[in-house]
Amino acid sequence: MDKPTNQKAWFLVLPVLLLVAFSAVIPLMTVVNYSVQDTFGNNQFFWAGLEWFDEMVHSDRLWNALGRQALFSTIILLIEVPLGIFIALNMPKKGVWASVCLVLMSLPLLIPWNVVGTIWQIFGRVDIGLLGHSLAAIGIDYNYTNDVLDAWVTVIVMDVWHWTSLVALLAYAGLRSIPDAYYQAAKIDQAGRWSVFRYIELPKMQGVLLIAILLRFMDSFMIYTEPFVVTGGGPGNATTFLSIDLVKMAIGQFDLGPAAAFSLMYFVVILLISWVFYTVMTNLDREDGQ
Amino acid sequence: MARITLSGLAHSYLPHPGGEEDYALKTMDHVWEDGGAYALLGASGCGKTTLLNIISGLLTPSEGRVLFGDKDVTMAPTAARNIAQVFQFPVVYDTMTVRDNLAFPLKNRGLPAAEIAARVEEIAGMIGMTPVLGRKARGLTADAKQKISLGRGMVRADVNAILFDEPLTVIDPHMKWELRTQLKSLHREFGHTMIYVTHDQTEALTFADKVVVMHEGRVVQMGTPEELFETPAHTFVGYFIGSPGMNLIDARVEGSKAYVEGTELALDRGYGAPQGRVQIGIRPEFVTLNADEGLPVKVRRIEDVGRHRIVRADFFGHEINAIAPEGWPVSADMTRLAFAREKIGVYADDWRLNGEAA
Repeated sequence: MDKPTNQKAWFLVLPVLLLVAFSAVIPLMTVVNYSVQDTFGNNQFFWAGLEWFDEMVHSDRLWNALGRQALFSTIILLIEVPLGIFIALNMPKKGVWASVCLVLMSLPLLIPWNVVGTIWQIFGRVDIGLLGHSLAAIGIDYNYTNDVLDAWVTVIVMDVWHWTSLVALLAYAGLRSIPDAYYQAAKIDQAGRWSVFRYIELPKMQGVLLIAILLRFMDSFMIYTEPFVVTGGGPGNATTFLSIDLVKMAIGQFDLGPAAAFSLMYFVVILLISWVFYTVMTNLDREDGQ
Repeated sequence: MARITLSGLAHSYLPHPGGEEDYALKTMDHVWEDGGAYALLGASGCGKTTLLNIISGLLTPSEGRVLFGDKDVTMAPTAARNIAQVFQFPVVYDTMTVRDNLAFPLKNRGLPAAEIAARVEEIAGMIGMTPVLGRKARGLTADAKQKISLGRGMVRADVNAILFDEPLTVIDPHMKWELRTQLKSLHREFGHTMIYVTHDQTEALTFADKVVVMHEGRVVQMGTPEELFETPAHTFVGYFIGSPGMNLIDARVEGSKAYVEGTELALDRGYGAPQGRVQIGIRPEFVTLNADEGLPVKVRRIEDVGRHRIVRADFFGHEINAIAPEGWPVSADMTRLAFAREKIGVYADDWRLNGEAA
């Protein structure tokens, strides 16, 4: 059978091409453009080559921010994934309460980032915040604007509050798709609760957990609004994560060149780590073939 | 191993069952002897799986008790009953190797490793999975997975009973026969009580010493294959077992005479005057096509099925089947069906009447 050749079909791809060009490719290329040039305003640019990249790679500031960022993402993944699974395991399986739980769980997900930040900013204030004031009343010296540990705890608890639902809902969907026969077989085989989790529930949740971990990693690695609203990156630089630092550099100091180099490296790091996650987790899946 | 007693057992899936029709399982009292090979036979939706799940404890009955030996286990959870069950569709632990799958029930019982290894080898040999013992169970064919499920069911030597819920549905026909033979030999070797649910009468009759026929939530007959064939206790058993099934014809019965569309038939026993819907039943094997005696019929069709021929005849709008053995002469003037008198059964409202010697 001869396939008809019609080059006009390319026009059908055009809208997508334009959309992607304007939403992703062109802005990205602008960043690339900035990253290899220097400017002193007036729209005058001078060729800088890889100078900015070199400077950024040797910048303590960037490495420190990256370290804080990695620590933050690791901590929230270590808390949110097990906690989300635990909540999903304990949610009612059907009936009115299942729906009530689902709605309650999705509420934090519907709140805009800066509102979440504002809620916690006020919640944690020692003078008027419910949390801050109560803690002070029972004699705990809590102040997220002065104390590094308090600031970190606040930002992490806030993220856990905001995003654990996502992991829980995905895990719940995974659990609901397991046929009853598996649980029945486990009972027949006299399996304990841990074995049921380890050999039935966890393997069946693997797919959705991969998505949950990827989403949570990427989002937390790019986190900006919430800690910015709560702590503004402080005290000092204690909660200045990569995005916050990047914005300071680009808009605060107007160092467009270094900031552009910074963001490109940032982008590559996220891409790389996501790829590693994905490859590792899908390979776990495929080791059966000999 | 133990005798299984069902006492006053009934089950409804509704929280507050009203009439009898709300019950998936109607009140029954039965004893399943220790070491018996039973087949549970019946059409889809007759309550076979419900009964099986009650015995294994996956379901708690609404009424009545289940006893293993003398111990009441009605409320005992499945894990405490030490019972094996194989489901219709394969259930394997994907991330485990085939070996670990087979060893799983033994490990959960805390058996010593050497004993587990030996037992797993033996079972793997029996189901023909030895070459793939080291592979992950994920990615195997449905056939292979179901064999693993069977293997897991048989691996424990000390189970009270092994329940099979239509286990061979997904298995290739030639493998079916082989696995059934192996189940039989396993039964002979270890003497486990086995209950085998199926809707396939060949499977039931070849596997079991005793066949239990269920119909609409009720056990209608429990007997040897021969008893089911010779003296079906219920019309359902009559037409469900046998190919073709028993001929059932509405009749009027008075003492030891039956009247069918004006023709008088002599019966072996006296039945008085039974009430309700009265039918006489006779297996096609005991009906002979001939020229001189019996009911006048119109022969519609003769099917040659190899070993014998099936005669499909019309009797006042009723189909009556007869089986003509190989070599039995069939000619155009044969328009009468004769019933072997001692093989005729009489049924009132579907249940067989015993009658008294006339």
